[in-house]
Amino acid sequence: MILFKIFISAFLIDNIVLMRFLALCSFIGMTTDEGQSVGMGLAVTFVTVLATTVTWPLYYFILKPMGLEFLQILVFILVIAALVQLVEFYLKKSAPALYSSMGIYLALITTNCAILAVTFDNVSKGYNFIESIVYSVGVALGYLLAMLLLAGIRKRIATSPIPSFLKGTPILFVASALLSVAFMGFAGLVK
Amino acid sequence: MKRYIKIFTNGLVLENPLLMLMIGLCSALAVTTAVANGLGMGLAMTFVLLMSEVVISAFRKLIPDSIRIPVFIIIIAAFTTVIDYVLKAYFPDLSKAMGVFIPLIVVNCIIMGRVEGFSYKRPVMDVIPDAIGMGIGYTWVLVGISALRELLGNGTIFNIQIMPQSYKPILFFVLSPGGFFVFALFISLNIFLKSRLKNVEEERK
Repeated sequence: MILFKIFISAFLIDNIVLMRFLALCSFIGMTTDEGQSVGMGLAVTFVTVLATTVTWPLYYFILKPMGLEFLQILVFILVIAALVQLVEFYLKKSAPALYSSMGIYLALITTNCAILAVTFDNVSKGYNFIESIVYSVGVALGYLLAMLLLAGIRKRIATSPIPSFLKGTPILFVASALLSVAFMGFAGLVK
Repeated sequence: MKRYIKIFTNGLVLENPLLMLMIGLCSALAVTTAVANGLGMGLAMTFVLLMSEVVISAFRKLIPDSIRIPVFIIIIAAFTTVIDYVLKAYFPDLSKAMGVFIPLIVVNCIIMGRVEGFSYKRPVMDVIPDAIGMGIGYTWVLVGISALRELLGNGTIFNIQIMPQSYKPILFFVLSPGGFFVFALFISLNIFLKSRLKNVEEERK
């Protein structure tokens, strides 16, 4: 039950994009069509879970016993960067089809702040290993959901009359504001 | 001298990292619920930007091209750790309010973008005005957004009551949706300013 609570609150209530403002660069930049946003969302899901499985043991079995917590930022970002590179090499070699559909997104997500934030959250919230995995899946799926929603809205925006001072990027933020209002409705879903 | 001024002013409006280049958005929206937070974040970011740009520019001839990105990340992460621990020690309230966003300076695209696109190729003297200009460009937008949000959403600025007592705070502005909304207005304002600046320049010609 506690796992379910963690999942729902990461997925909807504290939605990483709409409630916590993380990963906004890709939220605005990569949602021009639905296929692209789903591709990005899946790549982020994959890397987030992978990063959690690596950084959690690293923190609790190496950094903490040796009193090196202050290296957390440095180690986590390097591990994620290296991990993304390795995954890219592996996919290129063993699954070229998957690579060609997901590869371009992989390079972009090294500096996606959602992934790094999840690894920090796991530590600061004191989750155990299983909880951390569930939390990272929830966050990543929440990201996917937000990306997909905005991609759908952008399609409509393209053909709608928009006040001229909001044309371009500003209207995207107004749309995100409304989406965010909708997501506020989920508050209190899990006690 | 004129050149340095030009580099410095570039970041303020024309190439403002937030409003024009649309990078480094996350922290700009998340911490701007109060002016103190916005200002703190802006200054922390300026510090990391300035130090990393100077260090990388000074060592640009020694950093091998093929591994430059990991080297940049390590340098940026080192300065981020410094500012994180300084804030935790001297401004614990501020540090708590900004939470995960201080460590996240390390993946802020503004820093990576400036380091890769500017300071890796330029001498130290060019880099200092650029970093300060970009830092101030980032900070003024943060302070602007947070002033508007705090004023409308809480009736205060720097926790001092500004609005009359009868004013009912509009909670919308301090909650997440308000961040998106106010930011939309700021981009729109900047587009307007930019077109104005261009008109003035054309008239001069």
